Amino acid sequence: MAERFESVDAVLQALRRVDYLADPSTAGVVFLADRLEKPVLVEGPAGVGKTELAKAIAATSGARLIRLQCYEGLDESKALYEWNYKKQLLRIQADREHERDWATVETDIFSEPFLLTRPLLEAIRADEPVVLLIDEVDRVEIETEALLLEVLSDFQVSVPELGTITARRRPMVFLTSNNTRELSEALKRRCLFLHLDYPDAEREQDIVRVRVPGIDATLADQIARVVRSIRQLDLKKAPSISETIDWARTLVHLGVERVTSEVVGGTLHVLLKYQRDIERANKELKVAEA
Amino acid sequence: MTALEVPAPGRMLDLLSGFVHQLRAAGLPVSMTENLDAMRALEYIDLEDRSAFKTALRATLVKHADHEKAFDILFDVYFALQPYDADDGDGGPAARPGGGVPIPGSMPGGGAGGDASPEELAAMLMRALLDSDALRRFAAAAVSRHAGMEPGRPVGGTYYLYRTLRALDLDGLLDRLMERLKAEGGFADELEERLAREELAARIQRVREEVEAEIRRRLVADRGAEAMARSLRVKLPEDVEFMHASRDEMAALQRAIGPLARALAARLSMRRRRHRRGQLDFRATVRRSLAYGGVPADPRFRRPHPSKPEIMVVADISGSVASFARFTLQLVHALSSQFSRVRSFVFIDGIDEVTAFFEGNADLGEAVKRINTEADVVWVDGHSDYGHAFEVFHSRWASEVTPKTSMIILGDARNNYHASQSWVLAELRKTARHLYWIDPEPAAYWNTGDSVIADYAQHCDGVYECRNLRQLERFVEAVIES
Repeated sequence: MAERFESVDAVLQALRRVDYLADPSTAGVVFLADRLEKPVLVEGPAGVGKTELAKAIAATSGARLIRLQCYEGLDESKALYEWNYKKQLLRIQADREHERDWATVETDIFSEPFLLTRPLLEAIRADEPVVLLIDEVDRVEIETEALLLEVLSDFQVSVPELGTITARRRPMVFLTSNNTRELSEALKRRCLFLHLDYPDAEREQDIVRVRVPGIDATLADQIARVVRSIRQLDLKKAPSISETIDWARTLVHLGVERVTSEVVGGTLHVLLKYQRDIERANKELKVAEA
Repeated sequence: MTALEVPAPGRMLDLLSGFVHQLRAAGLPVSMTENLDAMRALEYIDLEDRSAFKTALRATLVKHADHEKAFDILFDVYFALQPYDADDGDGGPAARPGGGVPIPGSMPGGGAGGDASPEELAAMLMRALLDSDALRRFAAAAVSRHAGMEPGRPVGGTYYLYRTLRALDLDGLLDRLMERLKAEGGFADELEERLAREELAARIQRVREEVEAEIRRRLVADRGAEAMARSLRVKLPEDVEFMHASRDEMAALQRAIGPLARALAARLSMRRRRHRRGQLDFRATVRRSLAYGGVPADPRFRRPHPSKPEIMVVADISGSVASFARFTLQLVHALSSQFSRVRSFVFIDGIDEVTAFFEGNADLGEAVKRINTEADVVWVDGHSDYGHAFEVFHSRWASEVTPKTSMIILGDARNNYHASQSWVLAELRKTARHLYWIDPEPAAYWNTGDSVIADYAQHCDGVYECRNLRQLERFVEAVIES
């Protein structure tokens, strides 16, 4: 298969071109995943750009992004494949007049035209380069996790009626997890691990400047510093990167030139979504209530 | 990036296997496959790039965010930089310009050798706060001057760390810097001041860490990686003992408890849902059977309503076991959705109910603070008196213990030679569903000195050792299942 990235630096540059500012260790893990052909398990708090990373990688390599959103109760028929039994029934009824023997009918209705591919199988069968994103993998039950194992270690899917389907080219795979439960050792063993955390103030400032064109550099700097300070409070939900960007946009629209206590007090609800968090931030930062 | 000394291939394998061995000794579950992955990964990276090397090992060997700290420490021991040599390190890149607080007195000055004078050190410290290269230089100079390290001396790193940090007085530094910044130009508003203070504190923390790392580097150079790794006894957060946790470890435990409670709650509610089937729902089954021509082929069941236990926690919060009590109370209350009711009592020699502090939306940190300030737990002298606390509990709350109540008592049973009054537990056990005791002391210390746990144990359904988060988690899970 064609290797997509020359070096760690190439990953950094490529991601930068699609406005995703990664830190060197993120780029390093992506590079290794590409070379070792292993999936990456990305873990971290909500809103640090885990899903965004997979999307950005897809965008840089022009690959198609196939996404499997996990939820409690996800099963094989939603993740791997399903037989289109309505179409099969129709076929059997249509065949009645031809009096064909059952064996022919059976091989006929368990063939590709009757197969509904779901994200995992689709990623395996794709001819073009794809990036497979298995989002919030911690939401499925442990039993369902097992169905990912074959895909993640051998990049193949066994369909009893058709045999084993092996990937024509190994897709790049990202799994994201909010760590609401411990994933199984077997799953972790098959993946490279990447812990994403909130960026430091410097990188966040860069992110703001890239995502909010035309923002003043000192304003971006102040924004990043205030957000960093707010994240250190004991909050129910710390502000995510996208909330930082929303806040920056808000301030630009309001024509704010310098972040003062009053500005923070008036716009805190863009950053924080729980009343208790807002109250706490107000109290701690001693900002004037709007 | 600082270059790593590239060892010969065979030597690299030795180093790596020694490293993996120490990771396992610290409790990280590194499997065979992961070890092989790490070796394969090394084929693709430039071994002289230390940070790329570290990224490769971390991504392949560490699969849990909480384990990264342990990994970092052991990595520094095994793949140590040479201790800083003052002769070759001068003229590093200039201080990073850009945002953040300016550091007063951080004008570039002459480089300093191993024996910097206090004034030179002070100037270097100011520069170290800005620039990571200067930071290493400063740490090296400070350790040379203050730690008093001698080869072969059988003293732990903490001793040297303590000596160096005491001499540097980093705690006072923050205030001094803030004073100077205020004097030099002041802050636009309180927000600005707060930001400056936090950022300075973070940088001073970095200095502290760098000094620690420098000491470690020198010890490694003196003793060798193997011996050093063994003597460090790196621990994962879940293995840190409550009674001997350092301030940093406490903070790590504090952070770990939220996710732990969430994971535990998810696991328990999942199990509860799956394991029990309710009674047959006759009406629904008949209605469903119409689809099969009256054959009840698809029986329906009522949703199960498993009874949730009611929990009463009685916790000793005297000095020695206070942090243990705090973590347990936090964990139990974070799990309150798994119980029909949680009531908490705390005692030293007096006893008081603190359930209200945890109720509603109140956050746990606040609750703990209120326990310390508002709860009426001192009766005579503020030394643990289990006997008196139990007596009071019996007279005031025993009537509220029902057959649905599981009682959990927390403490080391060090009773300061007072009467044990263990008859109270015998009484309580007659009505309560379960009566458990959890003790943060190693079982080997039980019944030594003034510990009278055997007295109480005879009236309990079980006495468990809970020295760390791992054991505590296992205990809570078992209680809910029972």
